[in-house]
Amino acid sequence: MTATKSDAMPDAPAVELGDLKVGFGKIRVVDGVDLTLERGQAMALIGESGSGKSVTLRAILRLFPEGRSRITGTLKVAGRDVLALSKRELADFRGRTVSMIFQEPLLAFDPVYTVGRQITEAIQRHEKVSASEARKRALALFERVRIPSPERRLDNYPHEMSGGMRQRAMIALALACRPQVLLADEPTTALDATVQIQILLLLRELQRDLGLSIILVTHDLGAAVEVADRISVMYAGHVVETGSAHQVVLDPHHPYTIGLLRSRAEGAMDKGARLQTIPGSPPDLANRPPGCPFAPRCFLAAERCRQEMPPVAEIAPGHRVACWRTEEAAAAFRAGESAREAVPA
Amino acid sequence: MLLYILKRLIYVTPVAFGVSVVCFLLVHLAPGDPLSAVLPADATQATIDEMRSAYGFDKPLPVQYAIWLWHVLQGDLGTSIATGRPVLGEVSRAVVNSLILASVATLIGFTFGTLFGFVAGYRRNSVLDRTASALSVFGVSVPHYWLGMVLVIIFSATLGWLPPTGAGPDGSGNWRPDFEHLRYIILPAVTMSVIPTGIIARTVRALVADILAQDFVEALRAKGLDEWGVFKHVVRNAAPTALAIMGLQLGYLLGGSILIETVFAWPGTGFLLNAAIFQRDLPLLQGSILVLAMFFVLLNLIVDVMQTALDPRIERA
Repeated sequence: MTATKSDAMPDAPAVELGDLKVGFGKIRVVDGVDLTLERGQAMALIGESGSGKSVTLRAILRLFPEGRSRITGTLKVAGRDVLALSKRELADFRGRTVSMIFQEPLLAFDPVYTVGRQITEAIQRHEKVSASEARKRALALFERVRIPSPERRLDNYPHEMSGGMRQRAMIALALACRPQVLLADEPTTALDATVQIQILLLLRELQRDLGLSIILVTHDLGAAVEVADRISVMYAGHVVETGSAHQVVLDPHHPYTIGLLRSRAEGAMDKGARLQTIPGSPPDLANRPPGCPFAPRCFLAAERCRQEMPPVAEIAPGHRVACWRTEEAAAAFRAGESAREAVPA
Repeated sequence: MLLYILKRLIYVTPVAFGVSVVCFLLVHLAPGDPLSAVLPADATQATIDEMRSAYGFDKPLPVQYAIWLWHVLQGDLGTSIATGRPVLGEVSRAVVNSLILASVATLIGFTFGTLFGFVAGYRRNSVLDRTASALSVFGVSVPHYWLGMVLVIIFSATLGWLPPTGAGPDGSGNWRPDFEHLRYIILPAVTMSVIPTGIIARTVRALVADILAQDFVEALRAKGLDEWGVFKHVVRNAAPTALAIMGLQLGYLLGGSILIETVFAWPGTGFLLNAAIFQRDLPLLQGSILVLAMFFVLLNLIVDVMQTALDPRIERA
């Protein structure tokens, strides 16, 4: 590997977002996100549709058209300021330092090129290697993500593969230039349940073996727990709770996180029991109410919540929550859990 | 691939048969007696009957069709009533001329159409896009015989740069690819290219806009391709449809250029058809329509094969 600027600061975190804001026209979809992803870590970004998680992810690659979007704040990858990159540098940075896998691999591959060709294209875009050398690398990648009869599959068109195989090929493509950071945008949403877990396990394995840093966007808490060391919960463009996977799932301190945990199907679907949901819907981003954006749907909301934006509080090392009533929330969660345990099965 | 072409050729047979039936019947449906045009007005009934049986017009239609088809299959399209020359020779000379004119016009149309289409598709709702769209609407809707006359007035009558009519300086109907002949083809070809330019531009604009909105374009950018790299993918994705449109336009131009060929006195199939219709020259009419229809069938076949070669999602075998 040649020494590029991205290798200049080996100790810097893989991804550093500080007060990141992303706006389209008058609507601010991401509204001040602070996140740090250490090297070799996997972080899950969870939240409802429209919470800004996918937009945050795409902002890291600056994938939005320049004229129609505005990104402000700090956005550093491996110590390098992404917002300061020129067009040329940005193209070199994409796929090389940070790469991305998409929700629907059938749509993310060009339908009229073979999958192998699309992988060698990426390799030859970033590295001066011969076509046969690139092909060898692509074959090795297909073996790495365990695609059966890889030699033959390289010459397949995307529509000739199954959904799971396509997503494996998409992962192979993302890893083609040995990136440091892998962004995964709901990589299992379009797949069958049985295939989902295989893909998640593959991601986890690759992350450990290759020392990758991963940001996984999902609305599936199960997937988040499977892959991630840390979980960040987003709501209306804010990170409302972030912590280790254990802290967030076992000891949540934000009412929205608690709502998400309770609205999972697993465990809550005892016969006759109603599935708990979060009432209402996310706020209109063009017309943000003052105060906490979750207040109108929150079971603990007090007068203060509707007036003032809650500050971010660190309630344990690495566990930060943006809520006025963290203690009440945590207590409510514990009470709910013990009540559930008390009910005989 | 070879198997696919073979299969398509077999499919063509019933189509060709149907086309021949329609060609034959269509001409017989038209009113008017073909012989009245060539015979003197005071011809005796005996002369008329004699001519009628000489051309086979006294037999029942199915028999006439069978005889005609049998001859056609042997490459004999009959004899022109008006000129007494073999129809095949007349038609093939005209087809070559029309093919040259239509090809040049399609080339012009395809070049400008894709250019306008790509610019408009990439810069949607910009001034450039609006201009290109307005030009394409103008191209599709302007009557082209009128446009032809206007061009003749400007470039031949007023400026005197280009010859107004004919295919060459010698007045003969044989076009050759040299500078003198090239000057003769410019005005009719430009006039003819206006419609395909408009149609191709509008199709390509929609295609490009649609392709650019697809997820894989974002994925291509995410793996580090620059705009040129993405552009190559867009072209490859747009190519099958753009080529199909171009092939169909070539087909239309081959047969649908009666007005232009008449305005510019271009010795092509349109000119020939025009003459055949007014002279009620049935064998010539049947022959030229059949040849033109077969050209269309052939073009469709070629376009299909090319599309299959370019787009892997189309079934091959």
